Amino acid sequence: MDIKPILSALGRHRVAALLITLEIALACAVLCNAFFLISGRMGLMRIDSGVDERSLAAVALNGCDGCNAADVNGRALAALRAIPGVRGAGVVNALPFGQRAGDAGVTLDRDGKHFGGVPHFYAFGPSAVETLGLRPAQGRGFVPGDFQRADNFLPADAQVWITRAFADHLWPGESALGREFWMGDYHFRVAGVLAHFARPNPGRSEDGLASAEWSVVVPVSDDSLLGSYVVRADPADLPNVADAARKAMAKAVPEAVLDQAQSRPLSDLRREYFQRDRAMLWLLVSVIGAMLLVTALGIVGLASFWVAQRTKQIGIRRALGATRGDILRYYQTENFLLATAGIVLGMLLAYGGNLLLMKHFELARLPLAYLPAGAVLLWLLGQLAVLGPAMRAAAIPPVVATRSA
Amino acid sequence: MFAYYFNLALRSFKRNKALTALMVLAIALGIGACMTTLTVFHVLSGDPIPQKSDKLYFVQLDPRTRQGMQPGEEPEDQVTRFDAETLLREKRADRQAMMTGGGVSVTPQRKELAPFTASARYTSADFFPMFETGFLYGGGWSAKEDGNRARVAVISKSLNDKLFGGANSVGRQVRLDQADFTVVGVTDGWKMNPRFYDLNSDRYGGAEEVLLPFSTSRDLEMSRNGSMNCWGNTGADATDLNAPCVWIQYWAELGTPAKAAAYRDYLASYSEQQRKAGRYERPANARLRNVMDWLDYQRVVPGDVILQMWLGFGFLLVCLVNTVGLLLAKFLRRSGEIGVRRALGASRRAIFVQCLVEAGTIGMAGGIIGLGLSLLGLWLVRQQPSSYAKLAHLDPGMLLVTFALAIVASLLAGLLPAWRAMQVTPAVQLKTQ
Repeated sequence: MDIKPILSALGRHRVAALLITLEIALACAVLCNAFFLISGRMGLMRIDSGVDERSLAAVALNGCDGCNAADVNGRALAALRAIPGVRGAGVVNALPFGQRAGDAGVTLDRDGKHFGGVPHFYAFGPSAVETLGLRPAQGRGFVPGDFQRADNFLPADAQVWITRAFADHLWPGESALGREFWMGDYHFRVAGVLAHFARPNPGRSEDGLASAEWSVVVPVSDDSLLGSYVVRADPADLPNVADAARKAMAKAVPEAVLDQAQSRPLSDLRREYFQRDRAMLWLLVSVIGAMLLVTALGIVGLASFWVAQRTKQIGIRRALGATRGDILRYYQTENFLLATAGIVLGMLLAYGGNLLLMKHFELARLPLAYLPAGAVLLWLLGQLAVLGPAMRAAAIPPVVATRSA
Repeated sequence: MFAYYFNLALRSFKRNKALTALMVLAIALGIGACMTTLTVFHVLSGDPIPQKSDKLYFVQLDPRTRQGMQPGEEPEDQVTRFDAETLLREKRADRQAMMTGGGVSVTPQRKELAPFTASARYTSADFFPMFETGFLYGGGWSAKEDGNRARVAVISKSLNDKLFGGANSVGRQVRLDQADFTVVGVTDGWKMNPRFYDLNSDRYGGAEEVLLPFSTSRDLEMSRNGSMNCWGNTGADATDLNAPCVWIQYWAELGTPAKAAAYRDYLASYSEQQRKAGRYERPANARLRNVMDWLDYQRVVPGDVILQMWLGFGFLLVCLVNTVGLLLAKFLRRSGEIGVRRALGASRRAIFVQCLVEAGTIGMAGGIIGLGLSLLGLWLVRQQPSSYAKLAHLDPGMLLVTFALAIVASLLAGLLPAWRAMQVTPAVQLKTQ
């Protein structure tokens, strides 16, 4: 198809042509960035917590500050283990998607000069490590001597596990095993590396998505912790077990108050944690949908107008021997040209918009793969929108040309 | 004339129902999306205490060690207990209050109610007049109770309803963390949005249910929450008077700008004095921000909300460009009619005005439907789980903005098409007729 006559025809309708181009450009810019935001949220919502959430439930107590930890934990764990279907129970300081216990900045040297990042510190008793089923992918497991008593937050000197994500951040390309890091006066040595273990607030901590799995697991004795527990059961039994655990705890530790919101299966905590992201996701999807609809309708409107305006021209072309297919292809090619111009402009806008988003919302750079995807979508949309008016144009019989003169 | 143009516009709608419906729909969708997001932003970025937001100041000091110091660095967001208690004792502002958030267990006297936890604020006497809490019954406590570590508490209206069935509970006992407190006041459903006085926990939640003297809370070692930053050796308890930890919010009320300036000098000299005493290691680095500056500095409006607002505006822009295209198509299709009107003596100006009236009418229709859509949108926002979602309501001001935006947007969209329509040369049109 010869595009030269199309271009010269467009030249006589500069304003309308420019408007369609602009419409597609704006749609392309919003589309690419919205897709990018969606994929970011979906990535976060799919995060691997590193534990089997379907078979774990949290139980949390409040207001037991003066209590004796060994005594309360003894009663609590005994009560939890007595529930039919429970396969294990342990003492924890925090769990993924639960309340966080301690984020703290670490340094790679004793003097605190070389800053490493802000991971979340999990403190787990031997019962918790076993209940959660945590096993390092590299390095060694904890031995009984590793679980030390901690009177003030954490032991002063500990062998710890860190996640692969945090290890790669601290020592990129090197083995983390045996390496040391500090947090003020506390000293840690890496005994093992976990493949995955999310922090309690993945994606919402200081470093955002990048630090979603910056976790450190510090082994402590069971009586160093108080008030938060985890139970394991078969996924089928878990809802009943979680209910029974809430009741059993209220009976076993009457001096404390059960935290209803935090005492739930981990899968419930996860669902609630990501509720806001899900809402944002729906909003983005509906904006994209509405925008594509409006853009398509705009193209239909303008194309219909053109067809009406060029009725005579079409009639003459048909009288001179142009087939219906020729007329159809004319409008399709015209739309393709306009869409292409819009897409080129839109990509520049998308990139610029992304730079703005990066600056103000700490987003990552738009991957280039989004641009061709957006382009294909808009080409299809344009072709679809123009199809109706173009078919109507093709249906115009040559005789109209003589009549409307 | 206007009424005539309006009449012409309505006639033109009737002739071109589909095209008109498209334009109204585009504007309505754009306005609906834009106003929903803008309203949420407007609600969240509002002034929580307009009558005195320029008189309340948040105090920041820099008590950290020299280690890791960077030039131009902001000081800590909170102060140490030592500094808070010293500033409170020295009383250099019109009013001053130190505070932190916490949680207490409440054991109701009524046996049918199980013990539960309640959010708490540990603060000092000036809190109540400073933040204008308002009282349903009773009042706050005085500085004397602060000094005596008195077992007194102010409770919220909702807690009073729960514990005492809404009766005047002043003078009655309430059991918090296994200790008995005397109720001295019941607040009148007081809450601040955003909760500017402590942005560490839920920024748009309700107010705390229990308020009690800071000194009492330390006496009973009640649990605290919110953020805490420590450096060096904290000893056994990070909430000790001398622990190198910041965890307390400190507010000062300063009636005039001159007083604020004097207080700034006071903070600088206090920092200097602490440095000489060896407690501070860094050069004086104090900040005094009023409520709006503090909210701005803390970026209190959630990033998601700002992002949604820009998305809303982007969407409105897409809709407007569409409307421009459709209006252009509509007006130019009527070139013949315009040519006749011009030949009969209508001025270019008259054509221009007529076209704009038509565009404005479309904007009005779009605005009305868009208003319905934004009410629907806000209802959807309120179904969200975020703590701020419940606040998303359209106020009369935003209602006016909605209509103004719809009409201005549609007039802007109509400018170019009307301009083009006015350029129609009567001679050419008449010839082709």
